[in-house]
Amino acid sequence: MAKKSEVIEREEVVIRFSGDSGDGMQLTGTLFSDTAALFGNDLSTFPDYPAEIRAPQGTVGGVSGFQVHLGHSEINTPGDFSDVLVAMNPAAIKANAKWIKPGGTIIYDEGNFTEKNIEKAGYESHPIIEEKLDSYNIIAAPISAMVKEALKDYGLDPKSVLRTRNMFALGMVYWLFDRKLDYTEKYFDKKFHNKPGMADANKVVLRAGYYYAETIEALRPVYKILPAPIAKGTYRNINGNSATAWGFLAAAEKAGIKLFIGSYPITPATGILEELAARKDLGAISFQAEDEIAGICTALGSSFAGRLAITSTSGPGLALKSEAIGLAVMAELPIVIVNVQRGGPSTGLPTKTEQADLMQALYGRNGECPVVVIASSTPSDCFRFAYEAARIALEHMTPVLLLSDSYLANGTEPWRIPEMKDLPEINPPFADKNEIPFLPYKRDNVNLARSWAVPGTPGLEHRIGGLEKTVKGTVSYVPENHELMVNLRAEKIERVVNEIPDLVPYGATSGDVLVVGWGGSYGYLITAVRELQAEGHKVSLVNFNYINPLPKNVRDVFGKYKKILVCELNLGQFADYLRIKHQEFTYEQLNKVQGLPFTINDIKEKCIKMLEDK
Amino acid sequence: MAETLVTKYTAKDFKSDQEVRWCPGCGDHAVLSSVQRALAELGIPKEKFAFISGIGCSSRFPYYMDTYGFHSIHGRASAIASGVKTANPELSVWQITGDGDALAIGGNHFIHAIRRNIDINIILFNNEIYGLTKGQYSPTSTKGLVTKTSPFGTLEEPFSVGELVIGAKGKFFARTLDTNVSLSTQIYIEAAGHKGTSVIEVLQNCVIFNDGIHDTVAGKDVRDDRTIILKHGQPMIFGTGNDKGLILEGLKLKVVKLGENGIAEKDILIHDALEPNPGIHYMLANMKYPEYPVALGVIREVSAPTYDRAVADQISTIQSTAKIKCMDDLLMSGSTWKVE
Repeated sequence: MAKKSEVIEREEVVIRFSGDSGDGMQLTGTLFSDTAALFGNDLSTFPDYPAEIRAPQGTVGGVSGFQVHLGHSEINTPGDFSDVLVAMNPAAIKANAKWIKPGGTIIYDEGNFTEKNIEKAGYESHPIIEEKLDSYNIIAAPISAMVKEALKDYGLDPKSVLRTRNMFALGMVYWLFDRKLDYTEKYFDKKFHNKPGMADANKVVLRAGYYYAETIEALRPVYKILPAPIAKGTYRNINGNSATAWGFLAAAEKAGIKLFIGSYPITPATGILEELAARKDLGAISFQAEDEIAGICTALGSSFAGRLAITSTSGPGLALKSEAIGLAVMAELPIVIVNVQRGGPSTGLPTKTEQADLMQALYGRNGECPVVVIASSTPSDCFRFAYEAARIALEHMTPVLLLSDSYLANGTEPWRIPEMKDLPEINPPFADKNEIPFLPYKRDNVNLARSWAVPGTPGLEHRIGGLEKTVKGTVSYVPENHELMVNLRAEKIERVVNEIPDLVPYGATSGDVLVVGWGGSYGYLITAVRELQAEGHKVSLVNFNYINPLPKNVRDVFGKYKKILVCELNLGQFADYLRIKHQEFTYEQLNKVQGLPFTINDIKEKCIKMLEDK
Repeated sequence: MAETLVTKYTAKDFKSDQEVRWCPGCGDHAVLSSVQRALAELGIPKEKFAFISGIGCSSRFPYYMDTYGFHSIHGRASAIASGVKTANPELSVWQITGDGDALAIGGNHFIHAIRRNIDINIILFNNEIYGLTKGQYSPTSTKGLVTKTSPFGTLEEPFSVGELVIGAKGKFFARTLDTNVSLSTQIYIEAAGHKGTSVIEVLQNCVIFNDGIHDTVAGKDVRDDRTIILKHGQPMIFGTGNDKGLILEGLKLKVVKLGENGIAEKDILIHDALEPNPGIHYMLANMKYPEYPVALGVIREVSAPTYDRAVADQISTIQSTAKIKCMDDLLMSGSTWKVE
């Protein structure tokens, strides 16, 4: 029996698993966060991996990380600094040294800190010494040697043996956080159901790591994070891409029509296509097209044929889809275009996050070409906003551009599962059978949507297309008609404002500084604002999900604060947009373009400076 | 698609109220009329037709048809038509396109629609010129052609439509002349019946920018000797007095005269459009005057599974045994936990 270690109860803790991109860090992190979630912790995760599937081994460029933030109170971000770093090689130290909390715990694989690897990571001497980390809680575990020993009788080749190193490390972390191994063991049984030998080997290594940590007792204190007190209900872990895909499926079911996704694989949006391709059981049709343009065009064809049309992409793909979005605006067909933003321009930083496609989403098309723009703000609310995007597209007969980002797409958090009966109704304006002759551009008086006459309906045969039309669908070059139609299409989008919720500030409805954000930086902003409020500052937050149109009460809300700070991961696109739409206010900016989310410190420092500058 | 005759139509039933705006004398008028005649013969309810086009003179076509129609953007009609058909396999989907729309800006979508074998009928108007932009060379313009963007003659090798279709694993390829309404009508009927992507190349005359481009082979006085109308199961015979035929000599086709050198009808090749091996079809599709007659009619018609049907079948197979039947099932699937 091991001696009882000191158990420290912590409110929250951040753990980062880091290693070579081939070391299985994403899986290790995912298994750990699922286990924590099943225990009832609130959590938020952030995978951070290189664009190359296998960058040169051992180099800093090839480091893949997975950060988990868990706690027994509400967790909104994956955390800035880690309490525990698991480093599988010297490059992992190099990449993460400045992100470890002073005095934090570092577990590293001693066997992988060879002279060659140390040099490859760009160190001249031992990384722990060189980074001045020796006063930290350092656990140099001979992981490579221990897995070789543990698996010597399993007849596995040396490569396969070393591939289990991550599970040894995971076992150590489970002990450190007092977690059960059963979820992970079940995972092995499922994954290796055809290779029971591999399942056993992984279990042996996982347990070896767990017992090793127990035996060496070096690992103190033991962290204990109690379950988070969260609302009653049934929960699951979900990432942003899956939540987005599920939101569309739910909308299709509610509207009573089939879902069609036409897409082309692109990081970090591919998960949406993959998730929907797997949902044949719910009747979803997935079409992996030959390119981005065909992705949206097949989807638009399906919309013409009466389906819920979806296309998913990231920045470069959105650029290619522009012309077809214009066609959807002109033809007034419903479609949702999801843009999971990544670092740009061009190929940019394919696996890193950024919010720099806002102007492209709002304005990146020829002609007067307005679309509804919505942004999700947490991994789980991607469900709600995907549903909402589909609802608006269908009921208003318009393209809707839904913005997500790499950070939301890959991040996970526990999510209270909704029931279908509680979701709002979706009623597409299908044309009445008796609307003969059918006038394709005749509009609803209230929301200006045209009716949807689907091929196959007798008597409603009609033509639509990219040329300017009259209400009858006849091609028209008459100057007054063009102006009328341009105005009607713009007005149709503006009227969506009547269905979107008002802004509600987090915190007091007046004060010194109003922090303004949109989309995916919500988690960081709310955490920083909550801390500032706890410190007694008069700071509130509004985070926008509805970008075009903006909620009605922006002016009323903004006018109650002395200063406004717009925080976004670009050079100020939303701030500029607000300057166009609400020029009566002065906007200060906090911007970051490093391919990384904000840190809470970034935001707090800027706010405190604004509070001091009276 | 409904197979039974539901309603009896005439060509007139497919005319929309729009005034046809193509130039007087343009070959497109005859194509429109052939298609309307063919549709009237199919017995498919009118509301099941969807005409999808890209951009170009020919792409105005859907406006003149009293069916569902979508005039889209340049080059993308194959992709849009693919989406329409995959979303609803019950529709009879027709794509109207030109040599620039399908083979230049839309080349990628064109070959991939064919590769997938989506059950759409593609009518490709080939006038070897850009008409709507007023006279620039196209991917099918003969090398050396002088146009506004090739004032000293083009330097590019042209595409042959049939060669491209067969190269993209095409299962149905036919060729016709805009002015030959009865042959065209017959081909459109056959294309509609074929399950899979059907490509019909129409040698079409642009009266303004490339007038007479097909006259060397298609002119009234010469066409009997310079074209051959292929019919499945029939010998490949052509010529004013049905006096010429095609035989295989070594690995090449050869034109022979019946009655000369002991050649009789029994020596002439029999056209087999249903043969999966594309070898002869490829040679037939590529025949050029003056060495050969230009082949018209259905050159290739091979049956194969269609993508749209396969998509629908895969979904129903999976649904028949799936544990997840509705969204609530999915939401509660996998690892979940309760907070009391």
